[in-house]
Amino acid sequence: MSGTVGAAIGDVWRHPVGESTDVVLSSRIRLARNIAGFNFLSRASREDRQQIVAIARAKITPETVAPDIVWLDLAKTPPLNRLVLVERHLISKQHSKGDEPRAVIVSEPDERLSIMVNEEDHLRISIMRGGLALEDAYEQIDAVDDRIESQIEYAFCPRFGYLTACPTNVGTGIRVSAMLHLPALKLIGEIDKVRRAAKSMNLAVRGFYGEGSEAIGDIYQISNQTTLGKTEHDILSSFATGIMPKIIEYERHARRRLLENRRPIVEDRVHRALGALRYARLLNADEAIKLISQVRLGVALGMIEGLDLVTLNELMFISQPAHLQKAIGADLNQSQRRSARASLLRERLAEST
Amino acid sequence: MKCDRCDNEATVHEVTIHKGEKVEKHLCEQCAQEDGIAIQSQSIPAALLSQFMVSPDPGAAESPRTLTCKHCGMTYAQFRQHDLLGCPDCYHAFEKKLLPLLDRVHEGGSDHLGKTPKRSAGALVRERHIFILRKQLESALASEQYERAAELRDALRKSGVGLTNIRTNEPEDASP
Repeated sequence: MSGTVGAAIGDVWRHPVGESTDVVLSSRIRLARNIAGFNFLSRASREDRQQIVAIARAKITPETVAPDIVWLDLAKTPPLNRLVLVERHLISKQHSKGDEPRAVIVSEPDERLSIMVNEEDHLRISIMRGGLALEDAYEQIDAVDDRIESQIEYAFCPRFGYLTACPTNVGTGIRVSAMLHLPALKLIGEIDKVRRAAKSMNLAVRGFYGEGSEAIGDIYQISNQTTLGKTEHDILSSFATGIMPKIIEYERHARRRLLENRRPIVEDRVHRALGALRYARLLNADEAIKLISQVRLGVALGMIEGLDLVTLNELMFISQPAHLQKAIGADLNQSQRRSARASLLRERLAEST
Repeated sequence: MKCDRCDNEATVHEVTIHKGEKVEKHLCEQCAQEDGIAIQSQSIPAALLSQFMVSPDPGAAESPRTLTCKHCGMTYAQFRQHDLLGCPDCYHAFEKKLLPLLDRVHEGGSDHLGKTPKRSAGALVRERHIFILRKQLESALASEQYERAAELRDALRKSGVGLTNIRTNEPEDASP
């Protein structure tokens, strides 16, 4: 359990072995499931919630579902550790709050699998992978879903499929998403075209921290919205083999154009960002992520020697408040964090080059 | 109503306040898309829901305030507040209102084509059976055949009434 709530970064981020890591930070698939016989959570009593947690605890075990999973009772998890889980994308912000009975199940140490218990639905199963690896992720989540389903009866009806609290998820309950780094499209002013195109294909575009958040550091989350009337395979393949390669190629094309036409400007930006990270004495989280994002572009374009994308993924995590405090090993207020963040980044970047 | 720009039916209506003046736009989906309206409104599922829930639909004749899920007690109006249903039975209780909404949110998809739980084939059959009993009960009540209705009610009780009452983890459900 120490891995999950410790300062170490999960293997998903440490080993981005997936494809297209120059553009794709991570891919993810989640399934929304509810347990038959209970109200959805908006109408669930505290006792219902406790029972749902008890069923999940008893039925979703290393023996039945996956050998490497651990159980975290969030009502008993300290706030800072919950925030680490949010920053690690293992639970949602909503799931980190309140004192209602709820939990998260995480596979360790790879942190690929997470199952939120009592979030918006009774179960939110998710598989996350570094880089573009959606087919693999689906294969894995489908197997996990089958194993849970052999233990727990899901709320399901033939007409509407898996029944979910919000009708926007009903049917397959599947959400396929990718976290993309699109700095070149932003620089050449074509990011809005991508947003519009994505939306016209009924895809949602969100920022780094999920729903309603801004795209800090040119990081965008793109996901499907349609869950009913199509098979999982259709949803997956139109996303993974239809849409993703186009966006990735579009970003790469933009990067090539930048190199051809504006190389000195890009080099200047990248090295200024690296300079700021190496010499700044105070940095807030958003500023750090923006700078790291620019350095990431430089690394992807081969402008910087001695730095790799894995290190930059790690830096993005330790720049966030909870990870930073875990890395330092102390509770820090906001202004202490700015100073500690700058020191830590300075150290890390001095080490690696 | 016709689209402001072409002869198609206007399906997108936008009211904005521009420098204190009310500006109304009534456009077909295509013109709205060109105008960037329909596209922007789809960014958040919840917003999407609210937008389509207010449009007139076949179920609108029944007062949405009194439409209530008998299983969990949620009213349609309460559902609208957060766009979260109260229980699996709500899909049945609000079906008429939900269908046009599902149609819009899921690009015309209204029937599940995906995965089916492997081991609950028995439960599915039972669910269909319950569905049919329910329909019969409704029509018995409508035609005031109360004796028949009482029989059907008892049969429903015996089968564990409704989607939500197919209890998990009971011995009879545990067989693979």
